[in-house]
Amino acid sequence: MESRTNRQPAPAIEARGITRAFPGVLANDRVTFEVRRGEVHGLLGENGSGKTTLCRILTGLSRPDGGEIRIDGRRVHFGSPRDGYAAGVFMVQQHFSLVDRLTVAENVVIGWSRTRRVRLDHRRVRDEVLATANEYRIPVDVDAFVWQLSVGERQRVEILKAMYRGARILILDEPTTVLTPNECEDLFVTLRRMAEAGASIVFISHKLREVLDVCDRVTVLRLGRTVDTVDLRRERVDPGTLAHLMVGRDVPPGGRRRTPVHTEGRPVVLDVEDLTVRNDFGRRRVRALALTVHRGEILGIAGVAGNGQRELAEAVTGLRPRESGSVRVNGRAVPGADPRAAIQAGMAHVPEDRIGTGLIPSLRVSDNVILKDFRDSRFSRGPFLLSARVLARTRELLERFAVRGRPDSLVRQLSGGNAQKVLLAREMSSEPAVLLVASPTRGLDVAATDAVRALIVEAAERGVAVVLISEDLDEVLDLSDRVAVMYDGRITSVIDPVTTDRRRIGMLMAGMETVA
Amino acid sequence: MIRLERRLETPRWLGVVIPLASVLVALLVAGVVLLASGHSPVEVYRSMIEAAFTAPGAFSATLVSATPLVLTGLCAALAFRMRVYNIGGEGQLYMGALGASAVGLALGGLPGPVVILAMILAGMAAGSVWAAIPGLLRTYANTNEILTTLMLNYVAGLLGYYLIFDSNSFWRDTTSPSAKVFPQGKTLADSTSWPAFHLGAVTVPLGFVLGVVLAAVMFVVLRSTKSGFQLRVIAGSDRAGRYAGMRTKRAIVLVMLGSGALAGLAGASQVGDFSHLFDPSGLQQVSYGYTGIVVAALVAFEPLPLVLAAILLGGLINAGFTLQGATFPQGLVGMIEGILLLCVLCGSLFGRFRIRMRPAAAGAARTPGDRGSAGEDRPLVEEQEIPILASGSEP
Repeated sequence: MESRTNRQPAPAIEARGITRAFPGVLANDRVTFEVRRGEVHGLLGENGSGKTTLCRILTGLSRPDGGEIRIDGRRVHFGSPRDGYAAGVFMVQQHFSLVDRLTVAENVVIGWSRTRRVRLDHRRVRDEVLATANEYRIPVDVDAFVWQLSVGERQRVEILKAMYRGARILILDEPTTVLTPNECEDLFVTLRRMAEAGASIVFISHKLREVLDVCDRVTVLRLGRTVDTVDLRRERVDPGTLAHLMVGRDVPPGGRRRTPVHTEGRPVVLDVEDLTVRNDFGRRRVRALALTVHRGEILGIAGVAGNGQRELAEAVTGLRPRESGSVRVNGRAVPGADPRAAIQAGMAHVPEDRIGTGLIPSLRVSDNVILKDFRDSRFSRGPFLLSARVLARTRELLERFAVRGRPDSLVRQLSGGNAQKVLLAREMSSEPAVLLVASPTRGLDVAATDAVRALIVEAAERGVAVVLISEDLDEVLDLSDRVAVMYDGRITSVIDPVTTDRRRIGMLMAGMETVA
Repeated sequence: MIRLERRLETPRWLGVVIPLASVLVALLVAGVVLLASGHSPVEVYRSMIEAAFTAPGAFSATLVSATPLVLTGLCAALAFRMRVYNIGGEGQLYMGALGASAVGLALGGLPGPVVILAMILAGMAAGSVWAAIPGLLRTYANTNEILTTLMLNYVAGLLGYYLIFDSNSFWRDTTSPSAKVFPQGKTLADSTSWPAFHLGAVTVPLGFVLGVVLAAVMFVVLRSTKSGFQLRVIAGSDRAGRYAGMRTKRAIVLVMLGSGALAGLAGASQVGDFSHLFDPSGLQQVSYGYTGIVVAALVAFEPLPLVLAAILLGGLINAGFTLQGATFPQGLVGMIEGILLLCVLCGSLFGRFRIRMRPAAAGAARTPGDRGSAGEDRPLVEEQEIPILASGSEP
């Protein structure tokens, strides 16, 4: 705020020598980071490069072991997030902290009323929140209940919350993971507008294109250290250069691709007809949906989060009851609401919620490996489990799928990439007819993403009918043979991933156009 | 600043050192209170050990209290391991006593082994039925089993009172002279008394033997059977259980049935081993059902150490009976029990967390969960500060 004596205004954030150690790792090692006023500043790095730790320190969620932070030129010591708020530093986390049963407006003001009055004037608060939403053109229905919102909408509530509370420095932790390309563009427009109004935005990402699209400058972190800060307005930078800075070696940006295969003539393996499914609140989220997947085909399902993808996956794999419709695997009907029947029919499932549904974090890798097979005569005799055989099986899969971990490691001790590999290893080793994977690479770093993508492609090459549900459009386009666009519980069109224009796909995902 | 950080792995030696250190701390803290109340801690502890374990007949008396505690402890352990919070061991114990005494009274004329077996089964069945109510309510009506099991304890207790004090029920003795003065249950025939085993000078009741056997069975089941595996999976995440094709609702009901059966057996043993009549007020005074939860919590719901914890707490109860008197109020005994429990539970915190000292800075305040994100092999759950004394039921 002060120090106007200098010719240039002090940076919004100036962090020097930030160091933070966790048992066994140096999360931040003398990190230098500077964000100017009114700029969108990218923070680029792989998982584990220290991005999150740095931002937690900048917001007061975490305390550094060493180093100093200046906000607007003034030295600060944040003891808690409240100190960060007072200085105008807010962060939108990947995991939202919203109360499902309250409205958007109520969530925005929770614990942060502008008045000192005890009684909450709902009407006034609502109008204030609405005014903030309009000011920054954040499209959100302030009267909706949070449980009614899609993940993308919830993120907007979080941004709105920060703005309402007077954020001047807004840190966004991988904000685009849940958005369509068009929504990303909207977000970028909003971010640029906020920056022009003087706000400073820190945009965390590991996606190079996004960073190049929206940021003024970008700081690259690798293994806890600042590698470089690049001014994108002055220098022409290509994705390859940034990828090199980020990973420390040359990598193909984006990861593995697959050349689409034409599978029309092949037998249909998965056949879903007239599927209608309700969500937990009794609303129809999948409406009379039909899809077919052929042998060895990857069918991508593109769509904005919250358009029924989750319910579709759960209904097909038996986790959620179907209101109507049928699911057939190789011509044989699979009864609804019975995961065991689906497994026996040859269905493998890598759920969106890996940790908690697909894997049990508190159990050992070996327990997780036999999660679905423990009744099998290979692993049990009478009531007893044969631990030696379970161990041998686990070792075999860990080696075959190149997982770094021991059979007796707890799953929660694994990295995200290794945990996902354990899950894929289990599902693929059951020789399934159908493999349904949801957001398989979300949150994984470049190397792990590449490995997981390779496994999915390999499954298709071995003849498995793969359904790939992902909010990451690039991933769907890179891997699928056909892409079905899902909007409001229906497949609105099936398109060719190579020839279709991205903008049109974006329109389809937003429900703005239908193609037969 | 001192902070707690979650351990990713707990070293094995801590599993032994922590409980011992906790007990030691408890004795020191309780010693201060004893001193303040004018008692010599050394003297009190010496006489407690004597009364609980070393005096002639003391160990047998300790086993009298330890017997129901092993069984109600297993009742709590089985359910809590599954994250089904059965607080209803108390009521299930009453129902077990009710069922076993009914069978004992009805079949008193038959040969001993037959009646005794029938009593065991009846007690377990009655406890199961009582536990099935909250079990079914939880799975099919989504009620909170903590509340339903707790409330049913009162229902069971009042039912017992009604049967003995307020009605001419099958259980009530209406003929003997003493029963005319004060209502009591009918005394069971001698043939229904459960056998006891004699190890040297120590008398081991049948109920205790059953408890030890069942503890061993539970240990094996949890560790190396398919059922135990399902239990561990569902405890870890019941969504994952469903995902893997397990019948999670059925599993929860079955665990409640088993848990109730263990408490019911404790009730049957009260009748068969000790009281030989249905005595609702006597059962309620000792509240072994609730203490069983404490026993199980002391050993993090592990069945084998649970036997030792039951003996320890049984000894404490037994010593309490001996110590209490004009100069040593009962409250002091309860105080020692409470401090012991508190210290052991707090101590278990150090098994899951480590203490980290760091230099304080200006404006230092407690920070909420601190998630690191560095290192190639980033664990999914990182160091956190968690200010709770969780039930420690992490498998």
